[in-house]
Amino acid sequence: MSSILSFTILGLFTGAAYAIAASGLVLTYTTTRVFNIAHGAFGMVMAFTFWDFSQRQGMPTWLALVLVLGVVAPGAGWFVQRFVTRGLGEGPVSVSLVVTVGLFVGLIGLAQYIWPPAPRTVPPFLAEEGVNLGGTYVTAHQIITIALSAVVAFALYALLNRTRVGTAMRASVDNPVLLQLFGGKPDLVASLSWAIGISLAALAGILLTPVIGLNYYDLTLLVINAYAAAMLGRLKSLPLTFVGAMGLGILQSFAVAYLPSEGNLAGLRAVVPALFLFVVIVAMPQAQLRIGQVKGIVSAPLPTLTKSLGWGAGLLVAVALLTVAMGDADLLLVGTAATYAMVMLSLVLLTGYGGHVSLAQFTFAGVGALAYAKLDEPNLVGLFLAAGIAAVVGALVALPVLRLTGLYLALSTLAFGVLMDKMVFQADFAFGYNGTLRAQRLSVLGREFSSTGGYVLVMTVFFVLMALTLLLLRRGVIGRVLIAMRDSPAACGTLGLDMRWFRVGLFGLSAGMAGLAGGLFAGLRGTIGAADFQLFNSLPLLLLAVVCGVTSVTGAAMGGVGLMLLPVLQSSRPELAGLVFAVLGFGAVALGRDPNGLANLVFGLGRRLDRRFGDRVRAAVPVLPLPGHRVEDDSATAVPLAETLGGPLSSPVPGSVLIVPEGEPVPGHLDPAHQSQEEVPAHVAP
Amino acid sequence: MSLLEVDDVVVQFGGVTAVDHASFVAEAGRITGLIGPNGAGKTTCFNVISGLQRPTHGKVRFDGRAITRLPVHRRSRRGMGRTFQRLEAFGSLTVRDNVRVARDIHRGLAGLLRPASADVDGLLERVGIAEYAGERADSIPTGVARLLELARCLAADPKLLLLDEPSSGLDESETDAFGELLAALAAEGRAILMVEHDMDLVMSVCDDIHVLDFGRVIASGPPAVIRADAAVQKAYLGYSDEAPAGDPSPADLTREMEAIRA
Repeated sequence: MSSILSFTILGLFTGAAYAIAASGLVLTYTTTRVFNIAHGAFGMVMAFTFWDFSQRQGMPTWLALVLVLGVVAPGAGWFVQRFVTRGLGEGPVSVSLVVTVGLFVGLIGLAQYIWPPAPRTVPPFLAEEGVNLGGTYVTAHQIITIALSAVVAFALYALLNRTRVGTAMRASVDNPVLLQLFGGKPDLVASLSWAIGISLAALAGILLTPVIGLNYYDLTLLVINAYAAAMLGRLKSLPLTFVGAMGLGILQSFAVAYLPSEGNLAGLRAVVPALFLFVVIVAMPQAQLRIGQVKGIVSAPLPTLTKSLGWGAGLLVAVALLTVAMGDADLLLVGTAATYAMVMLSLVLLTGYGGHVSLAQFTFAGVGALAYAKLDEPNLVGLFLAAGIAAVVGALVALPVLRLTGLYLALSTLAFGVLMDKMVFQADFAFGYNGTLRAQRLSVLGREFSSTGGYVLVMTVFFVLMALTLLLLRRGVIGRVLIAMRDSPAACGTLGLDMRWFRVGLFGLSAGMAGLAGGLFAGLRGTIGAADFQLFNSLPLLLLAVVCGVTSVTGAAMGGVGLMLLPVLQSSRPELAGLVFAVLGFGAVALGRDPNGLANLVFGLGRRLDRRFGDRVRAAVPVLPLPGHRVEDDSATAVPLAETLGGPLSSPVPGSVLIVPEGEPVPGHLDPAHQSQEEVPAHVAP
Repeated sequence: MSLLEVDDVVVQFGGVTAVDHASFVAEAGRITGLIGPNGAGKTTCFNVISGLQRPTHGKVRFDGRAITRLPVHRRSRRGMGRTFQRLEAFGSLTVRDNVRVARDIHRGLAGLLRPASADVDGLLERVGIAEYAGERADSIPTGVARLLELARCLAADPKLLLLDEPSSGLDESETDAFGELLAALAAEGRAILMVEHDMDLVMSVCDDIHVLDFGRVIASGPPAVIRADAAVQKAYLGYSDEAPAGDPSPADLTREMEAIRA
């Protein structure tokens, strides 16, 4: 009996901490429409800061608390809202997701750089104190935490319902522009809610640290628990969020108490929040389609078929030369780059064309690799079967989110990644705990590729084929429908498209592509383990894909090479390991607003060179049977418009978040400002 | 039985009642106007009919069947098409591809396998924007984009067209041509329900008119009746307490309105 009580109290304690974190998340999301995936990461960094102040520098606990909760955390929140996430709420969800994932990765890198791995402990508040409650000892820390959650709940209620600025906060949820017209200051409201939100993340982090320990990842993943709790209140209702948080805390506590700690179910204890999340999501009602064009996305030009074939052949020749010149160790790196590039191609389909975000693309590659190794059919049949299994798993992940919008899908992939990391990949039937599996290299139509060079060449062929297929898809019906869905979901709906199933299919296809890459990777490496496909690797993958250009095949190739170089860079300068992630993360924060990425700069350079020297080169070269330089028909006629204006243009659409790169048309005529005559006073005809 | 029947629909946003027990119909082969001052709830009615907004209360019937709880895309499959007041063109596709996508979606799986493009140019020609076919939809003028949305609807050959302010952004001669196009579309047996602020257009092409004010239908009838309706004039011109005694005569109003126009 007393054990039930003690586990309930433990559950209430963690639930209270989740409630504090979750209410901060809800506050920032509802007032600014930016879901902060880095919410837990902020809690983590603030907990480290608290450790630094109170333990390393020896400040009194109260001073450290006041400094962190009253100065550092609100300051960080204000700064981030002001300079990073401002205006993201009106843009595509994919952009705000990528930017906050950038913060997520950047903050982990920053923490690793400032506080290199070492054992650190934060003692609980009033460590010696506690009371005996019906035979159960309750620590003062637990009581303080539960009491603080009540204080936070009351304070937020009072703030939102009893103060002017709170009323403005609620108003800015509905319409920030209108709020401004009535003399409110949406920017101030947004900054304030982010300052409070990050402080709450910090408080939750500090309260949880004595129990779960001070490390980079566990506190960062707090965002999933907070999100799961907030989902019960549909990311809107604070009271329901508190209920969800307490329920989750108690559920988790009971899972620890009563679920077996051995065998295949052992992993279940770690994934209670993720499972809770899926259950809540399945129970959510159908979301209304959002009316309003998604503005500000420009797609990189699509090359002609001949041009793509030419570049593909060129890439194959280049890799063939490398296989002759390089040793096996370097060739392994080339093969790894090809794998990453293929996984990024799957993101080009999903994110670049479809406008959806997956935060766990490596997990799908892992499913493919696992299936390939387990099937033990090292031929095309085995490879495609493995890809098919990954595709089915991808579709299954998208299925519960069928009725909801893109944000929920992306967050579900995060929960799915945790689920696979902690429960499936480490299970005995998969890779096993810290275990590995052996995989044979693929043979194509009976021909084996035992040399690393030959195998790398095969992988490159696969990359080129996948890229060509993708470009073909983009040109055809499916590509057009994908772009249409991205530009205006509401119009697609009224034209009769059932976007739910289309999205599940898209997600499955993308997961299948990642799975294929995973299968090939398994063959390249020979032995693979769970560590190769960790969730946290998927985030730098997403960031590099976006930074390099997630709308083009070229961007995927560049990103693949870049991601391969990251660990090389880290192992050559271990002291900079954290810094590399910080640079990547914050770089994505800076560049994430333009999904066309660096690849588009390359295209721009190519166009400029062509304008400058193209005619001279063409005049010098005898007539080629290739068609002339042509931009894809979607944007062909619009190019001169921007050219006449010259120079990089920022989009004239208010609230639009993306920079329109040079050579792209300006979406001026759909500017809502141009439609201000929409409700002209009417007159009755005589 | 009318093709579209909106029956006692109420829509509330928080404490605001946008549509207040509104009932009206649209008949096949006729052009029906839905007019009213700013914020009268016209676009909200469109959202309820097309499924983008669930009503707090009331029913919508289409083609003899209740569709109140049907998802957006299923309504479209039953023969309903709409345009948007705030444009929803596919900005990064060309004008031609906008219509082509609509065609492909309408044809479903068959469209995926064997895309057809022959009739797409015909549709662009019919609404009079063929010259813009190759341009990106986010670089065309507003008026053209509205016609593009109409062409996109027509690609699915709908029985009911919901047009939300289709003529804004068109000049006088274009509006005349547009009126003729509407008449021709109605003559094919389609029902057209149109929210419109250009009263000349409404009065000349509509067969029936419903007037919304503060979410309520305050008048219904042919143009001549609506023109003479006292409640309508009050809603539009704001005559209430300031009016010295009783309602002003229609003749006074006519003079007044002509003055406003000039």
